[in-house]
Amino acid sequence: MKATGLRAYAIGYLIFLYAPIVLLPIFAFNDSKIIAFPLSGFTTHWFAEMWSDSQLFNALKNSMIISGTTAIIATTLGIFAARASTRFSFPAKGGLLGMIMLPLVLPEMIVAMSLLVVLLAIGVKLSFLTVILGHVLICTPFAVAILSSAFQSLDKSLEEAAYDLGETPISTFRLIILPLVMPGIISSLLICFTISLDEFIIAYFLSGADTVLSAYIYGQFRFPARVPAMLALGTILVLVSIILLSIAEYFRRRGIAKTGGKDTGGFL
Amino acid sequence: MNAAKPTMIEFRDVHKYYGDYHALRGITASIRAGEFFSLLGPSGCGKTTLLRTIAGFEGISSGVVLLDGKDMANVPANKRPTNMVFQSYAIFPHLSVEENVGFGLRRDPRSAREKAVAVAEALEMVGLKGYGKRAAHALSGGQRQRVALARALILKPKVLLLDEPLSALDKKMREQMQMELIRLQRQVGITFVLVTHDQEEALVMSDRIAVMFEGEITQLADPETLYRRPNSRKVADFIGTMNFVPAQITSEGGDVVEVDAQGFGKVTLKTEQCMGKTTPTGASVGFRPETLTILFDGQTAADRETMATVTEVVYYGDMTYYDVKLDGTDQPVRISMRNVFGRPVLDIGTRARVAWSPGALVLFR
Repeated sequence: MKATGLRAYAIGYLIFLYAPIVLLPIFAFNDSKIIAFPLSGFTTHWFAEMWSDSQLFNALKNSMIISGTTAIIATTLGIFAARASTRFSFPAKGGLLGMIMLPLVLPEMIVAMSLLVVLLAIGVKLSFLTVILGHVLICTPFAVAILSSAFQSLDKSLEEAAYDLGETPISTFRLIILPLVMPGIISSLLICFTISLDEFIIAYFLSGADTVLSAYIYGQFRFPARVPAMLALGTILVLVSIILLSIAEYFRRRGIAKTGGKDTGGFL
Repeated sequence: MNAAKPTMIEFRDVHKYYGDYHALRGITASIRAGEFFSLLGPSGCGKTTLLRTIAGFEGISSGVVLLDGKDMANVPANKRPTNMVFQSYAIFPHLSVEENVGFGLRRDPRSAREKAVAVAEALEMVGLKGYGKRAAHALSGGQRQRVALARALILKPKVLLLDEPLSALDKKMREQMQMELIRLQRQVGITFVLVTHDQEEALVMSDRIAVMFEGEITQLADPETLYRRPNSRKVADFIGTMNFVPAQITSEGGDVVEVDAQGFGKVTLKTEQCMGKTTPTGASVGFRPETLTILFDGQTAADRETMATVTEVVYYGDMTYYDVKLDGTDQPVRISMRNVFGRPVLDIGTRARVAWSPGALVLFR
């Protein structure tokens, strides 16, 4: 039957997608330096090894600073863009929004290369700042997409009502708009943070002397003895990613429920 | 309907353009203090735009809007003595009912306790006593409407603006809220300006109605005048049902006009029954369905009588609508008859005597 074929396809697809991620914790707890079956025993040694790696923590700290800053800048830019696109009409609006969203489909390779060429040409030293610059570029489209839906579900007459009841445009923004789009803002912060944390190409190209987490992990894979500790780290990162995305989704759904809307898809 | 009442809102030759679109075309009108005023018209006629110029949400391209004698040109919406009930109610979904109602009191110097009393009173006034702690997004449509009313009235505005506030409610609820709004308006004595496309709603609730078409006020009058003496076929068509028969003006002099109306013959009309000033060909005589009466056995006409043939019967329970062809006409006209116990509903094809009176006719030319 046709349905059986489709079901097999769907199951195969899911295995292909998630099996490698499931292997991560399995080998992280496996008592062997060689990543292969059969498993040789349970250990938390790799987690301990990872824990005592000061270079790793330095890279992690760098990544946290970059991701945190990126999330805040991209979300702030996203708030402006989303507000402008949902409330006002101006010349070339469609084209401008298209330009903002373009990095979403642009290969990161190209973004990283061209940024590197430009930055070197104008003599900017590679640092945290250059990575943040690149990450803001690729995160802003996500922030705009998330925040646009938050701003779109906001009834324009709510603002007018607050204004009508004596509030100024600024206090209206603070009292009405901000609380109602707050779930979208939180969700945007979390997703931008996650994207920036995971990102490798731009971070690798533009980071200069300071190593970020993704580049550090990549570097460690050259030493087979270091691989299990990296898998331990990967296990923790997967967990943290899932938690962060779940929180983002929770806030997105709560935002929809608050304004009395219907859920139309999402991440989880 | 008291002419001695002072003017609350005055429009002087107000124009509004959206780019090339001429939304308001020279509105000149005044709304009296304490009256229930309606802006009535089809969608896109500019009624909501006009309401929003009072609230200050919409600037005007030229002209003057005076509110209680003051020019509103440089007064922003948050400084105007008006409050609005929005079509979508615009209840703040993240606040409770009492936070919504008390929202406008944030800048009020009174103590928190006095404000709480004011909120409770406002809720009681709209019949929501004890609902203060509820979450706003959990309310029904009718309750949201009441919260919106309480929130606007608590500030004791000079003018309450209502933008199609009843259009989202079902028929029963709508009729109940109509009565409630009339009661509230009498109780608080505030000038109400209502925007509606529902002619029945406007007739039921208003002291005066401005009928708008294409950015202009076509007629401004009290409900009865509007219904009995619409000043154009457009207004007559929009408000209730009006029958039209072709007519020719045969003579005109003094304060009477003689017409030859199809189905009615030669009739003498007073000038107050004549609408329009020019005399193009194709004048017509109009009349409301209830001004003609089918005569049953033994009844005699108080005034005039003519013969007709029933062509269609629509039974409504309390009323029956008959389409009849008056002798000498080619188009049927509609007559509404209140159903009386024991009287039969006529069949299609029945010959009937129809009573009418020249006083109920209106000439459009």
